[in-house]
Amino acid sequence: MPVADLPFTRRRLLGAGAVLGLGVATGSRARAAGALTVGVIYVGPKDDYGYNQAHAQAAKALKGLPGVEVTEEERVPETNAVEKTMESMINLDGATLLLPTSFGYYSPYLLAEAKKNPKIQFRHCGGLWTEKDPKNAGSYFGYIAQGQYLNGIVAAHASKSKKIGFVAAKPIPQVLNNVNAFLLGAQSVDPAITCQVIFTGEWSLAVKEAEATNALIDGGADVITCHVDSPKVVVETAARRGAFVCGYHVDQSPLAPQKYLTGAEWNWLPIYKGFIEAMQAGKSPENFVRGGLADGYVKMSPYGPGVSDAARKNADAVKAEMLKGGYTIIKGPLKDNAGKEVLPAGKAYPEKAAELESTNYLVAGVKGSV
Amino acid sequence: MVADTAPSSLTVAPSRSSAFLRIRAWLARRSEAVAIPVGAAALGFLLFGLFLAALGKSPLQLVDIVWRGGFGSSFALGNSLQRAAPLLFAALCVALPARLGLVVIGGEGAIVLGGLAAAAAAQPLAALPALLAVPLMACAAALVGAVWIGSVGWLQAYRGVNATISSLLLSYIALALANHLIEGPLRDPTSLNKPSTLPVDDAFMLGPMPVIGVHWGLGCGVIACLIAYGLMDRTTLGFAARIAGGNVRAAQIQGLPVGRLIVGFTALGGAFAALAGFFEVVAVQGTANGTLAAGYGYTGILVAFLARQNPIAIVPVAFLLGGIEASSGLIQRRMQLPDATVLVLEGLLFLIVLMSETLYGRFKLFNPHLWAEKRAPVPSAAVPA
Repeated sequence: MPVADLPFTRRRLLGAGAVLGLGVATGSRARAAGALTVGVIYVGPKDDYGYNQAHAQAAKALKGLPGVEVTEEERVPETNAVEKTMESMINLDGATLLLPTSFGYYSPYLLAEAKKNPKIQFRHCGGLWTEKDPKNAGSYFGYIAQGQYLNGIVAAHASKSKKIGFVAAKPIPQVLNNVNAFLLGAQSVDPAITCQVIFTGEWSLAVKEAEATNALIDGGADVITCHVDSPKVVVETAARRGAFVCGYHVDQSPLAPQKYLTGAEWNWLPIYKGFIEAMQAGKSPENFVRGGLADGYVKMSPYGPGVSDAARKNADAVKAEMLKGGYTIIKGPLKDNAGKEVLPAGKAYPEKAAELESTNYLVAGVKGSV
Repeated sequence: MVADTAPSSLTVAPSRSSAFLRIRAWLARRSEAVAIPVGAAALGFLLFGLFLAALGKSPLQLVDIVWRGGFGSSFALGNSLQRAAPLLFAALCVALPARLGLVVIGGEGAIVLGGLAAAAAAQPLAALPALLAVPLMACAAALVGAVWIGSVGWLQAYRGVNATISSLLLSYIALALANHLIEGPLRDPTSLNKPSTLPVDDAFMLGPMPVIGVHWGLGCGVIACLIAYGLMDRTTLGFAARIAGGNVRAAQIQGLPVGRLIVGFTALGGAFAALAGFFEVVAVQGTANGTLAAGYGYTGILVAFLARQNPIAIVPVAFLLGGIEASSGLIQRRMQLPDATVLVLEGLLFLIVLMSETLYGRFKLFNPHLWAEKRAPVPSAAVPA
């Protein structure tokens, strides 16, 4: 049987070769001389109303810059497939700056490719680059918990039940910081407010996200936010049930124009522009980039119709503080929701504190467990 | 089938050179199994070409891109082979039970648990030399996979639970169990934002195969397919399994141990799937985490059905699908099409190959017992039965 298979396979291949020989669309793209090609890699679809869309928006803006070419690939799994995507972008598209945007791409795949291609620059979203890692690699991320803190302030003003809800993907530090910030923001308005959190266990699991949203609303929550890759389901489900929503990743107000209060959004463009300007100037881009509202890496959605004047004033005042830089959300005295002390009075983790990269607790007032 | 050929050779043999005819009849029967799937695949590509044309894209550009992205250079070939490696094992987990009449679609669970078992076994085995420890890790993975999918077979054979449903549900349980263990008891405390098990010792990691440059999962996957073929098509055990798959009652009347055959072959399929997870851990990732559920188990279903559950045919089909997936990036980047394009192609192929199952035995060209009726018009024999 394998013998019988062979000629067919070969004939198929020859046929494909013949089509090639006819000179149909060789596909090699003409690149402007000296243009810098940036390869952007996404783990999900570019139009997910969420994490990937936030990056795709920045990539789209890059396309308008002089001397910059952008090549993109979506739905690349966090397996060795991403190594091949990076190699393909380097070899076939001539990319010299790669921006793989999903957390799982970093180790071992990006690190391996960085060692293999010392002349190519790799900057990864979410990873923790250290001095031991290759010099042509690096990582960037934003302090988006600040946005969730502002979400919390607006939510507290809108909530009548004094219960707010959070649909979370996985109990990892970046997510826990957001849950904690959302509640602490709300408690800065009304200390009696509590927040129920439900973890779905996956970054993208529409059915569970809808179930979690419904469960939170059934439990009395009347403002919902989330940290999942695509907040679309959460936003639409909450709005349909009559609850207010605070967005995440990108502006989701088109999905729920009446119920959308505000949202914590990424703004990757300044980071990407920074990398590109450094490379165009012949320098190596920064290896470790972190920043929040003050740096312009995080921004807020415009306020929706459900936001009162008092809420606006309150949130705008705190936002003005944050824009000065170095804002502190986690400060003592602070207990976790099991009663254990997280920080004594007088101590604090300001925005750049390394401790925030290893958060493993939910603050008092959050209902749920890690 | 064997019974069908007997009368034709009797009627034809006296009139023509019997050796020539016999070879031709043999070739005709053999080529049906190749021609129909290849024809179905060609039709699938053709329909997909129409789909692209309707979107205003050039189907010929697609052929060119699939060729260059999946097959046309050593980089492209390596890319395709790397993607084919886990599919070989995953497809065996579907193909082996299928020969016994079971549609097992939960290989993904066995892959994840296999990878997790390998990573977990690496810690207590750390003191052993790699030559001993790595095979033991493979055994741990295979054992877990065998128990997991074997239990699907057991539920079917002894409790009458549909294997398709139980395997799918068990794969959800497997994922939840793996997530729990990776985020709980087996978690490496230093893995912050991506919970993972403790890393496997570097000495235990498998390098790439010589010349090809793809990890050893590929070579072992091909060997696994050969072993599965030998077992299924060349031994009495495999023959017994195929009888049980063809007609359970007949097999039982013959005194074949149908229950044990089902449990044994589903367990073997599960063990193979778990090896895909094992290689993900020891040849690619170096740790077990959520990424083990990369969907290989589901693509494996497609591979097995396209290969018509023949373990040998799995090898070229996995390579073809690996090539299509390898070129999916270029399809996005050069044709500005969304990634779902490749899913549409795979879905079309799957549907048409499934539909082509009804064509077997209908073409005169491939069925020598139909030739005789025309060439030797004996009135009594010409009447169709």
